[in-house]
This record gives sequence, C-alpha cells and structure tokens, in this order.
Amino acid sequence: MTKTHPAAKVIESVVPIPTSWGKRIKSYLRALTAIVRKDLVAEMRSRELIGAMLVFALIVVLIFNFALELDLRTRGTITAGVLWVTFSFAGTLGLNRSMSIEKDRGCLDGLLLAPVDRSAIYFGKVLGNLIFMIIVEAIMLPTYSILYNVNLFQPGLLVVILLGSIGYTVVGTLLSSMAVQARTRDILLPILLFPVVLPVLISAVKASTGILQGFEWAEILPWMNMLIAYDVIFIAVAFMVFDYVVEE
Amino acid sequence: MIKVRKLIKRFGLKPVLRGLDFDVQQGEFVALLGPNGAGKTTFLRILASLSKPSMGEVWIAGYRLPQQAGLVRRALGVVSHQPLLYGDLTAEENLHFYGRMYDLPDLHARVQEGLRIVGLYDRRRDLVRQYSRGMQQRLAIARAILHDPEVLLFDEPHTGLDQEASAMLDSVLREIAARGRTVVMTSHDLARSVDLASRVDILSKGVIAASVSASELDPVRLPELYRSVTHD
Repeated sequence: MTKTHPAAKVIESVVPIPTSWGKRIKSYLRALTAIVRKDLVAEMRSRELIGAMLVFALIVVLIFNFALELDLRTRGTITAGVLWVTFSFAGTLGLNRSMSIEKDRGCLDGLLLAPVDRSAIYFGKVLGNLIFMIIVEAIMLPTYSILYNVNLFQPGLLVVILLGSIGYTVVGTLLSSMAVQARTRDILLPILLFPVVLPVLISAVKASTGILQGFEWAEILPWMNMLIAYDVIFIAVAFMVFDYVVEE
Repeated sequence: MIKVRKLIKRFGLKPVLRGLDFDVQQGEFVALLGPNGAGKTTFLRILASLSKPSMGEVWIAGYRLPQQAGLVRRALGVVSHQPLLYGDLTAEENLHFYGRMYDLPDLHARVQEGLRIVGLYDRRRDLVRQYSRGMQQRLAIARAILHDPEVLLFDEPHTGLDQEASAMLDSVLREIAARGRTVVMTSHDLARSVDLASRVDILSKGVIAASVSASELDPVRLPELYRSVTHD
C-alpha cells in the first residue's frame, strides 16, 4: 500500500471521499448516469450521430431492396444478414462519432480528470452508444418490415437484436476509445472492430435466421447462449482493460 | 504541496523529461517557462495524472502519483489549451455535468457561483459552441475551480486570447492566487509570468534549468536569463 505524506492531513477537499460501499456505488452510478444524460442532451441538440446512422441504414436497406428481386422464401433467408450488415455498419459510424466528440475538444481528458473509477466513464459511454443503436434499430425494423413484407416484431428476434447490440457496443466502445487516439481513427475502428466482434455477429445472424425461419428452439438456443457468453466475456474484459486503453 | 523527484518521461526511446526535480509550497504561484518541446505540457500532464512517469516520484497534496491518482484528482483543477467543454451543452449544463462527475454537494449553488466569478452568469444558457475563445477559456476556469481544488494547473491559458480576454483571465488568476490556492502555469509570455507569479521556473532540455523568485527578478533581465538558459 502506498504511504500517504503527512501533509495530506491538511488537505480538506470539498469533493467527498466515499467511505462506505453504498456511497461508492452511489457516486459511481451518479457519474455513469451523468455521462449518459450528457450524451443524450448533446445528441438531441445536434442530431449528428443518430442522423448519420439512420441515413446510412436507410440507404443500405433500400439498396438491398432494389438489388435483390426476391421471392418470399428467399427473403426469409437473407433478412438476418441484411439486418446485421445494416446495424453493424451504421453502428460503426455512431461509435466513431461518439468518441470523436470526446476527443476533439479535449473532453476525454476532462472525463479522465474526474475522481471516479474509469469503468464508470466506459459504461456511461457504452450505455449512451447502446441507446443510440437501439433508437436506429427501432426505426429500421418497421421500415424493413414494410419494404420486404417480413414480420420482424417477434419477441425472440428482439431479444437477439438486444443481445447482439450489447455485444457490439461493448466491444465497439472499447476499441473506439483506442482508435480515437490515432490520426487515422475513421479507418482504424472498422479494421480493429470487425475481427473482434465477428463471434457476436455470427451468433446474432444465426440466431436471427433461426427465429425468422421458424427453427426449433433447440437449434436457436446454442447461438443465443453463445451471444450471452460473448457479452459477459467482453463486458468483463473491457472493465479490466479500459484504464490501460485510455492511459497515455 | 507539489514534490517531484528525479522525474523521467520517455516516449519510446526519446526522453522528454530527464530527471526533473520540482517543489511548490502551498499558496505559491509558479510560472513555468520554456521553449517549444521543452516538456512543459508533458510535465503538466503528469502532474494532472493524465500521463504516467517513466521513472521518479511525484507527490501532490501529500498523495503519490500514479498510485493514489483518485485522491490527487480530488485536489486538482486543470485548464489546458483545449477548453474540455461540450459545444452542444450550455455553460450551465457543462458545469452541472462536471459537478456530477465530482459528486459535489450543493451543486446548483456552486455552478451559479462559478459562473458569476468568471463573469458568464448572464450567458449561462447559451450553447458553448456559440462562445468566443475567451469566453470558453473563462468557462474552462469555472469548470476547473468548481470543486474548489487546492492545486490548479494551467497549460498556456492565454493562447489564442485577445488583449481584453487575457486581461480578464489575469484578474481571475490573481483572484485564485489571492484565495491561497497553489498554481502552476506554463507560458511563453515572460512579462505576464513575472507579473502574475510568485516564482518563475525555466524548463529546458527536460530539467528545471533556472528557478527565480518573482520579487527578486528584474523583469528587464528575464529575457536575457531565458536566452542564456535555453540557448535560444
């Protein structure tokens, strides 16, 4: 344990030092929710992030719609692929923008200067990014349903989309905080992200296809379990390494 | 209040700080001068706990960096070249956000007081991206003093400010010093440094090459001393 200098006794900071676990958790959650709230308020004003993600997602779905003249049966087989291509590429745009906002005006330093556990900063950013991704998905699902005449409002599929989005944003937020330090951050993030997030995307596509094609749950469940396992593993890894990722 | 011993910082194989020693007493205002690339910003980032030293000891407010960074951060306020503010939030929202990050009590009253100190109370509901550079810098100071830190670090705070904004910043800096806070400020402005600080240190080639009390320093001779120390 590091020894404290006697002079430390005379320092009376107004910033409270949480003494109990309850206070620590409260302080942690306060910082986490402050970041989510800040991201939502800033996005409501600028609409830069969701706007870019949404326009991109709509274009992708429209291009697939006109490019693929499909019968009803074939539509069922490609829907999961088209959906996850759309979500993952639109998500990359959002992740890049979300971290650029922190980096461009030095705000990331402002966050790192706060006397909170750095995982609170990470999970705050993850939650913000997840909310943006879910908003885009909530708009894209009915759009896709209308264009392709496929019913996507199935509880199982919505659960898969949520689990896949969690895995994607957990990994994406971690890697975007790494990529944002580089000059070539816009091209670096997809290069870093897609190989790492591939297990999440494969599991999500397989589980989504199974649900849309009416497979037995016994066939779908292993993919969903894999999604849950990846989500838990990536959350744990990100929690442990975020401090090192943002460190200079 | 600040004690640094044999501080070394390397980026790859390139040493930037080469065994730097530095002491600041409580309530002292130290201006840190030096040419570009001398390591001023790197040194300040280490003091701010944003960068880890390669070797050496750094103590702030009795706590050691980087081991006790969380405790040091409670006692630190930092103003850098960049404002560290969100353009799409209002001045008031920015301060509320940082106040929540520091888990401050009586946050609303603190925010209002901070805005009054830097003269931005009437513009508190304007978006920060609509602010001039000078106003953003004043708001950055309000952010840095929101939690009433014992130690304030300023990294070239006058950069990009016009005469009027610089004069206003000077009066805020004097007010902070008058309240007994410990201040370390990097600068390229020799005259302003002598005017504001109680001590002037010159950083050259990764070490403190000269350290002079401002009361003993003849402002006319400072450029000569600076040149002789930095070989400019």
